Amino acid sequence: MGYIEFLSEHGVTLLLGTVTTLKVLICSIILYVIISMIFGLMRLSKNPIIQGAATCYIEFFRGTSLLVQLFWVYYVLPFFGVSLEAFTAGVVALGLNFGAYGAEIVRGGILAVPKGQWEAAFALNFSPSKRMKNIIIPQIFPIILPPAANLTVELLKATALVALVTVVDLTFEARQINSITWLSVQCFGTALLIYYFIARLALVPFLRWLEVLAARKVGKAGV
Amino acid sequence: MDMGWRWDFAYEILPQMLIATFNTIIAAGVGYAIALVVGLFFLLGQRTPSKIINAINREIVEFVRSTPLLIQLFFVYFVLPQFGITLSAWVCGMITIGLHFGTYLSEVYRGALEGVPKAQWEACRALNFSTVYTYRRIVLPQAFPIAIPGMGNYLVGIFKDTPLLSTIGVAELFHAATAVGGYNYRYLEPYTMVGVIFLILSVPAAMGIRKLEKKVNMAQGKIKQQ
Repeated sequence: MGYIEFLSEHGVTLLLGTVTTLKVLICSIILYVIISMIFGLMRLSKNPIIQGAATCYIEFFRGTSLLVQLFWVYYVLPFFGVSLEAFTAGVVALGLNFGAYGAEIVRGGILAVPKGQWEAAFALNFSPSKRMKNIIIPQIFPIILPPAANLTVELLKATALVALVTVVDLTFEARQINSITWLSVQCFGTALLIYYFIARLALVPFLRWLEVLAARKVGKAGV
Repeated sequence: MDMGWRWDFAYEILPQMLIATFNTIIAAGVGYAIALVVGLFFLLGQRTPSKIINAINREIVEFVRSTPLLIQLFFVYFVLPQFGITLSAWVCGMITIGLHFGTYLSEVYRGALEGVPKAQWEACRALNFSTVYTYRRIVLPQAFPIAIPGMGNYLVGIFKDTPLLSTIGVAELFHAATAVGGYNYRYLEPYTMVGVIFLILSVPAAMGIRKLEKKVNMAQGKIKQQ
């Protein structure tokens, strides 16, 4: 069977899978950004309980494998009376896992803001919350966006794992088609290309654009 | 069925899990060894004077880096037999992991080489050292410490990605947990134990790497001793 025939027969299925993959991607990006902001800030708290909780969370999720976390959320949480749908379980596991990596990036970004900025805010008698919100946070974006962009591409790749907890995404469809037709080159090859195009033509340019935007916002635009 | 945590069941499956842990460590070690070598080849491709080879090398690295390891595994596992090459799941898994992380390691190597100040190269040129001598005695000894933290991080990274091998049937830790869970219809203990074993192995490793990183930075004068 030629490749054109393959596409005309299974292209729609793969596209539908791609839509699910994008849905998982967008939901988990939102979740992981929120989580990394919260835990990044908690990690810098002076309160040892808050800081300890954040450290435990980060070490736990960075220390175990994403696949194990995913299966744990999907297969073990029901033991404790929490049954999540496959899609929700996938997004939650991805968000929690990447949130832990993101929190470290946020922490590093906050620490990288020049000390003079902290001192100036202190000298002007800003309250701690105002200092964070108006002075420090706006300046961290140019610092954290490049590593966050790498992390987001990793996230796109990691969304493939949700297929293993029965979310019908691109990987799931590719596997399904493979088991029916045994045209492995076509279906896995197409899936690889789709992931590549999403990363190369959509995700990375978008993140670069955000980086430029963030640099311009704080007046660091050399671009 | 008893819903809570059962210690007796956990003890019962512990030996099985520990044997499988051994397999996981072997998989990570072999995969890492292959990745280290593959990384060198990609590095060579990057540093050859030919522009065409550079561009092809760049595209391959980008492609491998921005597509999921899981589908790459399926690709290698299902496609090679169609060309008459039948490899065991273990071999397929090792090849794929080696290739995937090799691209990452080539970036680590590149960063390390670029981390050596340009003046070192110029000094070697001025002293009329041969290229081989320059690499062997001047550049590599300085580049290696820079690469160590990155290399360590990917060792832990490979270790954490070995559960993916269970999808093509490599009998590592996660595979054993799924098998035990399916046989006894209890997933709570096996999956939790997998998580704990991963934590026990990777958290100290990550800490060690962070310490090493600090030491390297200190040796290079990037941060001062407290």
